[in-house]
Amino acid sequence: MNLRLKNISLPLAGFTLEIDVELHSQVTAIFGPSGAGKTSLLATLAGLRRPRSAFIELNGRVLTDTAAGVEVPTRLREIGYVPQDLALFPHLSVRRNLLFGHKPEAESHPLFNFDHVVKVLEIGSLIERGVTLLSGGEKQRVTLARALLSSPRLLLLDEPLSSLDAKLKSQILPYLQRVRDEFHLPMLYVTHDESEALALCEEALVMERGRLVGQRKC
Amino acid sequence: MTVEEWQIVWFTAWVSALSTVLILPFGLGVAWLLARREWPGKSLVETLVALPLVLPPVATGLLLLKLFGRRGAIGGFLHDTIDLDIIFTWRGVLLALGVMSFPLLVRSARAAFEEVNPRLEQIARTLGAGNFRVFCTVTLPLAGRGILGGMILAFARALGEFGATIMVAGNIPGKTSTLSLAIFQSVQLGEDAHAYRLLGVSVALAFLAVWGGEILNRRRKRLQ
Repeated sequence: MNLRLKNISLPLAGFTLEIDVELHSQVTAIFGPSGAGKTSLLATLAGLRRPRSAFIELNGRVLTDTAAGVEVPTRLREIGYVPQDLALFPHLSVRRNLLFGHKPEAESHPLFNFDHVVKVLEIGSLIERGVTLLSGGEKQRVTLARALLSSPRLLLLDEPLSSLDAKLKSQILPYLQRVRDEFHLPMLYVTHDESEALALCEEALVMERGRLVGQRKC
Repeated sequence: MTVEEWQIVWFTAWVSALSTVLILPFGLGVAWLLARREWPGKSLVETLVALPLVLPPVATGLLLLKLFGRRGAIGGFLHDTIDLDIIFTWRGVLLALGVMSFPLLVRSARAAFEEVNPRLEQIARTLGAGNFRVFCTVTLPLAGRGILGGMILAFARALGEFGATIMVAGNIPGKTSTLSLAIFQSVQLGEDAHAYRLLGVSVALAFLAVWGGEILNRRRKRLQ
């Protein structure tokens, strides 16, 4: 992965998010206390928040360049986003959630086709259910699968395990590792839990009040 | 029930339904803008939309009469350009019912849109959906029951409209006479039996509409 985040400036409550960093690892963890601006950084990357200034380039493709007036719309960024609250569409079945962002041409892709994603995350038995009937761990896997099926070029995971108890976390973590190893997809992984980061990431960034205060190998 | 009474019931029901359908796209548009966007003049539009709820219906009717009469700004234009008259026609009834029930539709639809988690719309965008697809596949289905409840309320309000309708459309038997107007006229003329039959139908229609709305509301709350 080559992700360049240059001159990012986004006013938040009480401070300004200011980031200047280049990332090359496949999986990068972002640590930091609550309110440090981690989620806002992911939202800026996904195009869900408009920064005051920013230059964002992913593998040579400019997504945001405020100086040049470039702002690729969220729907065209090809960035998968797994939010903390999962945000499965409650009025749709698991199948229709999964197919929401799935492009027909992706069916011929060896990795991002429907059957492969469903198999890797072991959600075949859940396909026809309503999402409101899923357990916490099942919801996690379906949300992850939905993001993967949109064939993203970068996956943003915003504390995806924070709502699970320790037992469920230990059950879901291997699925995240499997996604990392099978799909070779660049990921940014926001977490509070160092053990999660160590299990998944190659590099870690530490944020405080909107700034990077540390960058190290995991 | 006489043929004439059934005619009044039928006319009231279809003109109420038609006005509800016609205000729907505008109502949804205004409700969505009020629920999802911040813009200059928003509070002014909020107030204007709510005005027919608090103004005396006769005053609203008088305003419409001035605007849509042959000498009014809009009515004069319609008459001169396409030879279309609104006042004292069934179109006047439609206009009065639409204006009077519009705020109820907007209030319900706005509340329904506000209840839809914006996070779901954001996630839909990250999955490749544009604004129109997000609205049609996420926002609208999730707000659907609230909107339907608003339509039922608007329909019920239109069924019982009196003040604005009599100002704009008069009470012309067989042409602009609605249930409310016909009941009023029957009481004035001492035709009590006629008035009570129409009253019975009014109560039944209004009861069914409000009951339907309550059932939908309860289902929506249960789903949440």
